Amino acid sequence: MSEPRDEKRERVPVENDPNLGAVPESVPNEGPADADLTDIGPDPTPEADTDVPDEAELAEVLAEAGIDEEVAEAAASEREIAVEVGEKIIEVKAVTVKFGGLTALDDVTFHINRGEILGLIGPNGAGKTTAFNAMTGVYKPTSGDVLLEGKSIKGKKQHRITRAGLARTFQNIRLFGEMTALENVVVGLDARHKTSVPGALVRSPRHYREEKSAVERGIALLEFVGIAESANTLSRHLPYGSQRRLEIARALATDPKVLCLDEPAAGFNPAEKDQLMDLIRTIRADGYTVLLIEHDMRLVMGVCDRIVVLEFGKKIADGSPAEVRADQRVISAYLGEPDDDAA
Amino acid sequence: MSEQTPVRTTRAVQLTESREALGGRKQFLGGWRRRWNRMARWQQWLFLIIVLAAVYYLPVANPWLITTEPGNDFPIACFQMAVYALVAVGLNVVVGFAGLLDLGYIAFFAIGSYTAAFFTSPDSSLIHIPYLWTLPLALGIAMLFGVALGLPTLRLRGDYLAIVTLGFGEIIRILATIIPAARGQVGFKEVGHPPGTASDGQPIFSVSNGVPWYWLAVTVIIVILLLVGNLERSRVGRAWIAIREDEDAAEIMGVPTFKFKLWAFAIGAGVGGLSGALFAGQVGFVNNQKFDVATSMLFVAAVVLGGSGNKVGAILGGAIVAYIPLRFTAIADYKYLIFGIILIVLMIFRPQGLVAAKAHLLTYSRLALDKVSEFRAARVASEQEKAAAAEAAKGVPNE
Repeated sequence: MSEPRDEKRERVPVENDPNLGAVPESVPNEGPADADLTDIGPDPTPEADTDVPDEAELAEVLAEAGIDEEVAEAAASEREIAVEVGEKIIEVKAVTVKFGGLTALDDVTFHINRGEILGLIGPNGAGKTTAFNAMTGVYKPTSGDVLLEGKSIKGKKQHRITRAGLARTFQNIRLFGEMTALENVVVGLDARHKTSVPGALVRSPRHYREEKSAVERGIALLEFVGIAESANTLSRHLPYGSQRRLEIARALATDPKVLCLDEPAAGFNPAEKDQLMDLIRTIRADGYTVLLIEHDMRLVMGVCDRIVVLEFGKKIADGSPAEVRADQRVISAYLGEPDDDAA
Repeated sequence: MSEQTPVRTTRAVQLTESREALGGRKQFLGGWRRRWNRMARWQQWLFLIIVLAAVYYLPVANPWLITTEPGNDFPIACFQMAVYALVAVGLNVVVGFAGLLDLGYIAFFAIGSYTAAFFTSPDSSLIHIPYLWTLPLALGIAMLFGVALGLPTLRLRGDYLAIVTLGFGEIIRILATIIPAARGQVGFKEVGHPPGTASDGQPIFSVSNGVPWYWLAVTVIIVILLLVGNLERSRVGRAWIAIREDEDAAEIMGVPTFKFKLWAFAIGAGVGGLSGALFAGQVGFVNNQKFDVATSMLFVAAVVLGGSGNKVGAILGGAIVAYIPLRFTAIADYKYLIFGIILIVLMIFRPQGLVAAKAHLLTYSRLALDKVSEFRAARVASEQEKAAAAEAAKGVPNE
């Protein structure tokens, strides 16, 4: 699987702006609108996130995250990953979602390129999670369409969307509490299993084959996110950070083309956020496309290749972290418009 | 890992593992559970064979204190316990595994009983088949009814599903009353029984002789347990537990929830039908009087009492619910009161039921356990190495 990976690395690197990490001086630092914005500090690793790593850098990223390359290999997808560079993998086309009279999402269009980390940000109530739910089939868009690899997934059943290759985690952790960490991951792996109920009843050869590979891959995935030692612990007994990681492992287990993370850093301290950033980069390096919804600006700016900004259900910006950061509409969305007399 | 742990010792690893063997919670008979998990496969089999021998021997032994005589014939009491245990095993698939509260389970029991009666009783005008054939037939027909009930209703959740199933239970009972072919209270006499005649010319499976019936029922339970166990340790069991824990999350993780809920319903219904047919055969008489809502509640009580989501618990719960009114005939009239009080006390002190064990959901669980132990051992080794290296580094400047 390492060979196809190389080709993908040839994507045009986003321009590496040395000033990217600095807070623009025009932006007042103490914005009451969103405390997270004050977090915009120097990027922890500006090279690694704006450039797509080649093989050597990949090894470095993996080492940084404390993950053995072999482990990453074992945890990686078993299916052949198509590697056309920069091709659109998900297209959200003019999607509108209405709840009665309320328009939660108004004519939003954006796309995700294969192999990139796309950030979806916006103030509270901007429609981030609604956009997410419209994509993953929780809500059916009132109008518009969602395409996964050119095929419409609008209105499909949720488990079919997952099997088509779109996996997600939850903002509020939703693990299967009475199952162990490993069993949680194996539920995700089952999305690719084909044993029928009668087959399981009489234990067909396929059942044995799938069960065995499930345990092996499940353990590898847990090792990949760094909680293999807790494989046999009930997931509700896991510490908070491990639960978040388990959610990611479970979503990865469904072998997605696109992994959607809904505020994965909620409740994390800065050190944990750094570890999470490393993990997200490793996931991308392993051949997954990542859509990230996050409040924490430092994390979003540090890890995303491109950022889409929503406000009041409308898209107001779309571009590289540097572009988005300099965008006047984004600044005013987060910090409010300056008063006329103050200007 | 986000949390920094101190250097782990082998002892600490052992402690964690023993805690995990308990499924992370304190347990009734917890010591037994741990010991059981530590046993080798052949030891477990040996233990099971001894227990099975004792179970088969039970009605013949008729032990003092446990016996229900003189009030009730003990072998027949044993058979009734076995039937209730089988019902609980089936209902446990629906309520315990998939988390679907089915308050009309008696309907499937009734369907099984009537299937046996229709095809074997001389009172029925249908074609007659040997009694043993009605067992799989009852299972199949009950399954069909399960699917028929499940298809429109399994889109409902929680309380709504409970109310609909409750209604279904009543519908079947009332149909048995008003449809002339079902013969209402008159019912069907001389329901069939398995073949075989004893030396004295009496059939082996007679109404008055409970022992062979009990053995038949226990054998059926063992077969069903093995099959349900196979399902539990497969993607089917995992899908059921996932649905019980969080249906939306399960759906989003790629579990076709409706399909697996329907399977749970059908399998539960099938086992209910099977137990109904067994019951009808032993009693030899089927009418509309036995299939009331109260019995349906008793079935749910059996599952909850034993430990929802646990096969051993279901068997124990079913057996206890059948046994207590038979053993203590003086209080049999108050059985609902007594079970009500028992359940309330249980909910306060032990909400997980008498036997609360986590379902086994992996065919290769031992492989997983070994792998995790490997990880832990490797971690202990590397940490001890690091500690030793740190010691050495500290030592050098001093010298």
